[in-house]
Amino acid sequence: MLTRQRAALLLPLALFLLVFFVAPLVWLLSLAVREAEVPRALPRTLSALQGWHPGQVLPGAVFADFARDLSEARAASTLADAARRLNYEVNGVRSTLMRAAREVSSAPADTVFGPEFFAAVDPTLASPTFFAAVQRAHGPVSEYYLLAALDLARNVQGPIEHVSQDNRIYIDVLLRTLGISASVMMVCLLLGFPVALLLTQVPEKISDWLMILVLLPFWTSLLVRTAAWVVVLQREGMVNSLLMRIGVITEPLTLIYNRTGVLIAMTHVLLPFMILPLYGVLKGIPPHYMRAAASLGARPVTAFFRVYLPIAAPGVVAGSLMVFILAMGYYITPALVGGGADQMLSYFVYTYTTETGNWGLASALGLLMLVTTVALYALAHRLSGGRTVAMG
Amino acid sequence: MNRRILAVAGSVALACLALQTQAQTRDLNVVSWGGAYQDGQKEVYFKPFNAAGTKLTDEAWDGGLGVLRTKIKGGNNTWDVVQVEADELEVGCDEGLYEKLDVTKIGGAARYLPGTVHACGVGAIIYNLVIAYDGDKLKTAPNGWADFFDTKKIPGKRSLRNGAKWNLEVALIADGVSSKDVYKVLRTPDGIERAFKKLDTIKPDLVFWKSGAQPPQMLAAGDVVMTSAYNGRITSANEKDKKNFKMVWKDTPYTMDSWVIMKGTPQKANAEKLVEFMGRPDNQAKLPKYVRYGVTAAAAAPLIDKSLVSDLPTAPDNLKVAFAEDVKFWIDNGDKLAERWTKWSGTK
Repeated sequence: MLTRQRAALLLPLALFLLVFFVAPLVWLLSLAVREAEVPRALPRTLSALQGWHPGQVLPGAVFADFARDLSEARAASTLADAARRLNYEVNGVRSTLMRAAREVSSAPADTVFGPEFFAAVDPTLASPTFFAAVQRAHGPVSEYYLLAALDLARNVQGPIEHVSQDNRIYIDVLLRTLGISASVMMVCLLLGFPVALLLTQVPEKISDWLMILVLLPFWTSLLVRTAAWVVVLQREGMVNSLLMRIGVITEPLTLIYNRTGVLIAMTHVLLPFMILPLYGVLKGIPPHYMRAAASLGARPVTAFFRVYLPIAAPGVVAGSLMVFILAMGYYITPALVGGGADQMLSYFVYTYTTETGNWGLASALGLLMLVTTVALYALAHRLSGGRTVAMG
Repeated sequence: MNRRILAVAGSVALACLALQTQAQTRDLNVVSWGGAYQDGQKEVYFKPFNAAGTKLTDEAWDGGLGVLRTKIKGGNNTWDVVQVEADELEVGCDEGLYEKLDVTKIGGAARYLPGTVHACGVGAIIYNLVIAYDGDKLKTAPNGWADFFDTKKIPGKRSLRNGAKWNLEVALIADGVSSKDVYKVLRTPDGIERAFKKLDTIKPDLVFWKSGAQPPQMLAAGDVVMTSAYNGRITSANEKDKKNFKMVWKDTPYTMDSWVIMKGTPQKANAEKLVEFMGRPDNQAKLPKYVRYGVTAAAAAPLIDKSLVSDLPTAPDNLKVAFAEDVKFWIDNGDKLAERWTKWSGTK
């Protein structure tokens, strides 16, 4: 029973999680739907556009409001953010908007800001396409980033459609991320199961030493381990020179900057996460179960599949899920040992967060990954009967 | 029972106290790009400036406007002077991430080469993205981008920076566009198609690098026969690791990094003093000894060690055959082309 006193003991942790985990997470995910930049910079333009539908003639009053918004937003340094946001949908409008704002600010006092003025700066700025994009970003929320994360966008008229073939990336990347994670999981299971089994069979003294070997890579920094794989796998690296010296191959194998390198390096990093939960479960299987199976006439293979494996299943599921979910979030290893076709979803989250500063899309991609992972976890939970999935 | 709850509440309060940020005065903090380059800057700029009486610490970063935006909008900025790339200078200035520069405080506009002083920053270094190869290994030397794209003449893997920037330009040049017209062609949809089509021709032989340290490493490891690379990294590899890497300067893009002062820094006066100090011709003239990048003070050129000049992007022979990056083009088209590049590089 959770008494009040016990609940009070949990309070610090709950508070900590709420303040430092839940709140920032919710805030970050909300970026995926928030539209703050354009309403902040172009409020008058947006109200002038109310009631306008793409396909109709633009209301003439829009341009005067647009001009006032531009010069004020420029002075308040809010225009650049809006220009960046609009550039996602209307390619090239970023510096055009900044230039238009400069020209509006320096125009003589009696200038009439009509469509001609903006068309002279750049025809785009007088086009329905541009104002439709402004209108779509009216906020406070929109589905733009969520659609973008699924390779979709609204066209000028409004219906959702696929983005052009050359810009369709994220669904491919998601499938690739799932594919790489599943492959790493399978390889880890195939390599890890025998090791975990061995650890339970040998005397404790030896298994202690073996366990240290399993844990050793665990204690080295991820970056160092990945860099070490670059040295080992490169064209004139250890693997290739060894294989060439003993005459197995005559031409160096391409082991790095492709999928092979990614799978090798990620398997190495994630192997302990498979072995440890497996070992925990396998250790608890009494050896006399197998002897009992043998005494009842089962051959070793039959006994393994019909007796040992079903008892070991919780460990297999826990280890596999652990490796799979951790692998889903990898970015530094594929970035260093992979090629262009091996980059995973979190690589793009990273790029959009730190490099281009497109936090909306970064957050939408993060949401895509979170939803996929939770869905797969729920599926595994269901398939395993809802009792066996315990992490760690 | 109440006492226990009190103790818990007390520990929470203590934890909060411990987390409170220290808003004490701190030293001037300068941020650059790390590695051999920043080691050189330390010797030439940071240590002497420190010795002259203003306490200074330095950090390294990997670029990215998102990082700077977080610093300013997060409200806990600890950076004062930062070296930024050309597009970060332009966009960050528009977004109000930097202090506006008072050029009289940093030695006056006349001290610097034309085009290196901006409303929000002043040029730090000029560098090229050259073609590099190992002179000891490669029998046929490449003579420009056309050779880089010619897998019959020079077989083997080659590597380019992972990203559209600069690769589309050099693909067009390899396809016969003159470096003067590159951006004019790129501003048309056909030009973009043409660049990607040219890149298609070497795609099976192409690998990508991400950080500037990788190209010399890939050359040394024999992973590639040629690569695009920052010129300073190649000469550093030759000096430090006794390599015989060669560079081709013809039709290679050059660009400039700038010093900016972060918005709202409490160290503004010291920051200006540092930028002025790093802009002095006699100080700048010492930098090429550590890393071969061009500097921006007009009077620095005659003071630079004669044996180093031919390796510098600002050497007349190199400058004459190179072309300047069009920052505006990448600010406008970077987002869409990044998607296109990802798609292109991610499909076989």
